[in-house]
Amino acid sequence: MIDSFVIPVLKIAIVLNATLVAVTYMVLLERKVIAWAQSRLGPMRVGPYGILQPVADAVKLMIKEDITPSRADKWVFTAAPIIAMVPALIIYAVIPFGPEVSLFGRQVTLYITDINVGLLYVVSVASVGVYGIILAGYSSNSKYPLLASLRASAQLISYEVAVTLTLVSVILMAGSLSMVSIVRAQEMSHVWFGFVQPIAFVIFFVGGLAETNRSPFDLPEAEQELTGGFHTEYSGMRFALFFLAEYANMIVVSSVATTLFLGGWLRPFPNVAALGFLDIVPSWTWFLIKSFVFLYVFIWVRATLPRYRYDQLMRIGWKLLIPLAIANLVVTGIVKVILAS
Amino acid sequence: MGEAIAFYTISAFILLFAVLVVSTRDTVHSVLFLVLDFLFVAALYVLLGAEFLAAIQVLVYAGGIVVLYLFVVMLVNLKRPPEAHQDPHRRTKVGFGLSAAVLVELAAIVAYGYAGPAPTPPAAAALPVTGNTEQVGWLLYTSYLIPFEIASMLLLVAMIGAIVLAKREL
Repeated sequence: MIDSFVIPVLKIAIVLNATLVAVTYMVLLERKVIAWAQSRLGPMRVGPYGILQPVADAVKLMIKEDITPSRADKWVFTAAPIIAMVPALIIYAVIPFGPEVSLFGRQVTLYITDINVGLLYVVSVASVGVYGIILAGYSSNSKYPLLASLRASAQLISYEVAVTLTLVSVILMAGSLSMVSIVRAQEMSHVWFGFVQPIAFVIFFVGGLAETNRSPFDLPEAEQELTGGFHTEYSGMRFALFFLAEYANMIVVSSVATTLFLGGWLRPFPNVAALGFLDIVPSWTWFLIKSFVFLYVFIWVRATLPRYRYDQLMRIGWKLLIPLAIANLVVTGIVKVILAS
Repeated sequence: MGEAIAFYTISAFILLFAVLVVSTRDTVHSVLFLVLDFLFVAALYVLLGAEFLAAIQVLVYAGGIVVLYLFVVMLVNLKRPPEAHQDPHRRTKVGFGLSAAVLVELAAIVAYGYAGPAPTPPAAAALPVTGNTEQVGWLLYTSYLIPFEIASMLLLVAMIGAIVLAKREL
């Protein structure tokens, strides 16, 4: 009873709450880091150094009036933010934050579940998330959101191909689709896959930027051209759900990148015995540190790079990243066969 | 018992959404019901222990093909009613014909499927690999290699055909 029901429910509750808190603080971190990059202070008023700003933002969004445009398609308009949010959250079911640990005299795994098709699950659930964006733009019955949602979905579909192809080369390295087995394979081979698959790593990261609609690929939210984006007609908490989904997706991309390319919960140089003292640090801390580095780079990129033009975006996706990903996949396969024989 | 309840619930939803797909007036809503239908079909695959197929179902159908449907539906002008065919009862006739064909097919399956000996399952137990994905891959590249290759050639031909049709000059 406890093992089959109470512990999973507890884990799900912890992961969901931690994610939502992390998302709100990601917004603050983003504002702070960008402010520092531009020699400003960022939010300073609410709490010391503005650390209570997310609370104020959440309260503000919740008490704002919720408007549905009179010509909107009401059912779809209501469903769109939910459809955007749910896939972003259920991906956490397969992300391994750590190995099996003993907690209060009980063996507990630091992941919700480890399914045989873990990585495919991540990809397929993420591919459903695009509906939230398309439907938001369509149901608003308004020009700019429709344009933005067409841009966003074309971008998502294009970059999904490249990202999925890089995942296949990682699967070839690990010989498994399960997220836990992929981390174990990195432990066995004494090297993080990021070092043996640098091209896949870079393509995954660039594709991840594009898939989360982040700068420099944030065309769906180009304020100057689209007065906002696919969420222009949304207000209050529904608008907030889109932002929660976007930041939750950023955390997903960071976690998946950490798991696939940076050894998940493994400490640096897991095979060097001299660094054994690092084992005092709990394994999930390594996971969180690595994911945080990714999230920081996401913000850093936004503060640094200007936005691409739409044709440039498509050219990078189809003519650069996808051929590179295919070539990388072929080379990985050949090398693997040569090493095996 | 639990499995039967799950099966009948999921099947009921599949049928309900399938009916809604064809009965809804709004084309976008109809496409959305199609997505829900595909998701429930994926649930049916999970129930059968075919996790790989379930994930592929969601990835390819719900996440890929239907997104393209949605694009087409959103971009095509649906305000204009379709031009009436010369024969106003054509749709009814074709519908009856197709329904009758499906009925005969189902009857044939029930009649011959139950009368004859149970079809021998492919030697899944004898496979040298374990795990859902590995077994699917093994079967595709050994027993079913030629159908697999033909299917992939067909897809390639279809893709090139689409490009040829869409591009005025190559």
